[in-house]
Amino acid sequence: MSDMQHRPLLEVRDLEKVYHLNSGLLQRIARQPALNLRAVNKVSFSIQPGETLGLIGESGCGKSTLARTVLRLHEPTSGSITFEGSDITKLPHREMTALRRSMQIIFQDPYASLNPRKSVEEIVGLPLSLHGIAKRGEIRDRVVAMLESVGLKSAHMGRFPHQFSGGQRQRIGIARALILNPSFVVCDEPVSALDVSIQAQIITLLESLKRELGLTYLFISHDIGVIGHVSDRIAVMYLGDIVEMGPSREVLKAPKHPYTKALLSAVPQIDAGARRERVKLTGDLPSPIAPPPGCKFHTRCPFAIERCRHEVPALRDLGGDMKAACHLVSAS
Amino acid sequence: MHSTRSSVTEMTAPLLSIRNLKTCFPTRAGLVTAVDGVDLDLYPGECLGIVGESGSGKSVTFASVIGLVRSPGYVAEGTIRFDGTDLRNLEAEQWRQLRGRDIAMTMQDALTALNPALTVAEQIEEVLLAHATDLPRKGRWEAARARAVEMLRLVGIPAPDKRIDDYPHQFSGGMRQRIMIAIALSCRPKLLIADEPTTALDVTIQAQVLDLIGDLRRELGMSVVLITHDLGVVAEHTDRVAVMYAGQVVEIGPTQELISQPKHPYTRGLIGLIPRLSDLDAPIKPIEGQVPELIGLGGICRFHDRCDYRLPQCRSDIPMVAVGPGRQARCIRAKENLS
Repeated sequence: MSDMQHRPLLEVRDLEKVYHLNSGLLQRIARQPALNLRAVNKVSFSIQPGETLGLIGESGCGKSTLARTVLRLHEPTSGSITFEGSDITKLPHREMTALRRSMQIIFQDPYASLNPRKSVEEIVGLPLSLHGIAKRGEIRDRVVAMLESVGLKSAHMGRFPHQFSGGQRQRIGIARALILNPSFVVCDEPVSALDVSIQAQIITLLESLKRELGLTYLFISHDIGVIGHVSDRIAVMYLGDIVEMGPSREVLKAPKHPYTKALLSAVPQIDAGARRERVKLTGDLPSPIAPPPGCKFHTRCPFAIERCRHEVPALRDLGGDMKAACHLVSAS
Repeated sequence: MHSTRSSVTEMTAPLLSIRNLKTCFPTRAGLVTAVDGVDLDLYPGECLGIVGESGSGKSVTFASVIGLVRSPGYVAEGTIRFDGTDLRNLEAEQWRQLRGRDIAMTMQDALTALNPALTVAEQIEEVLLAHATDLPRKGRWEAARARAVEMLRLVGIPAPDKRIDDYPHQFSGGMRQRIMIAIALSCRPKLLIADEPTTALDVTIQAQVLDLIGDLRRELGMSVVLITHDLGVVAEHTDRVAVMYAGQVVEIGPTQELISQPKHPYTRGLIGLIPRLSDLDAPIKPIEGQVPELIGLGGICRFHDRCDYRLPQCRSDIPMVAVGPGRQARCIRAKENLS
């Protein structure tokens, strides 16, 4: 693989994020049992410069938590994060803040993620002044240039978020994330809140910005069509684990893990010929506070055998850059 | 006719017939005509998809049908006939008799549509006690409860006899959607209007809920209107589809034919912007621009400023034209072979 020759831009090893529930003072006094929610469970992956890694999974599987822990918006419980060759897992606050210039995030909800009381100029220019990068006069010029590159006009500078449509707001969010010239951007469901025709506009914008600015994306979406379109590689998450990972084409054409198969077969297809036989799942996602023993997917898996109920499957190499965590899958 | 279902249904009388429906909302900026001249027919046993983006009027059309247009909005013009009844001139008591019994609707957001202060049992029993005519006079409550448990089992809630006394917040999103479907179907309606029944759900749960609606449709012989923005959902689950844009139906026809050979440029656009798993290299082509404001649009093609095929004549009132058996499109170039 050609990307193996490069140093990865981001490397995550055994990353874990555990939330301790019932740990408040009153709950401890009331002797409520301490509960651990393992949102991200010893996850490892790397992203090469210029690559887009797509992250898919159902709501509650830990994909957003994983992305935010990688950016240290949430502090990891254990494991390591290496960005541009240096370990940032324990980086002090001040240095982490400086590093945030290179690591940015675009949020899902363009209504909630913009301050309604600030003008577009203030919203998009704030990162520049926070990081002390540009003087007041320069900020304006850079904001104008940034707005134009995301398809907005300089005339929009003095307006407030409520004066824009959802798609335009998402463009403002993109401008704010990119104005610091980051190398790595987390796109956390950036089009899920938008209408389909606007979704396509934002996706093509994100793709052309990636090419122009040489960006690397960690792209989260529950929409598998979108992920298939933007990603070079795909990781599939289930209850805090990566259960399958590999080049997009392979994962989408020949998924190995039963969960990936079920997920893909459930995506409604407009071409009758592209429809797959439905791999039916029974039941809902189990509670992440008390996940099932063994393979966490065995309670819903149509192929589960006795072994799946006690033994946790490891994420194994299957050759051709494919990995899957399933007892029933053998290397090809 | 190409599809056998259409040929059968075209001969029978429609269950629901909408003609020239116009629904308006007065706003500070002016009178918004959210639905402007919609004609639709729904045949017994059929599943009709209504597809469009937000603001296309798809939900308001069916809020008008079921008499739930939120004030100050109002139905300004048109006729709505359901099973021989004129729905535009019903008294409150007549509506009460009809809604829940013959026509049922599931709302997009199951969490806000369910009453958080009542148990699931109370919410299903309420409908049954109000409408079900075949409950025994003695032991009505027990019979209603037994049927409520049966409905929950039908929609696939595990251990329904225990879960029925839980409150909505104790269920997951997919479960709540099923509960709402159970309430809607408890009196075996002739028509189910499902407004974005799966939009808030994950794909695996979405597939379960849509398969469930399809199974129940065949079992109970009801008609279904499936309102959605997802053409994939339409392709897999409907017999016919109407595409709406800016308050109007712009194209209607049998689902497979409409998707494989769209005639209206907007329908083509919608199909072109779906990322396909079957062809990862196919570029997605966005439709540039935005949906127009629905104020004082007058007689123009509403899509003309976003359309790649527009002509000067498009700035006039465009009627629906027949473009094949059972197919119509609102475009003066619908009969041309555009590429």
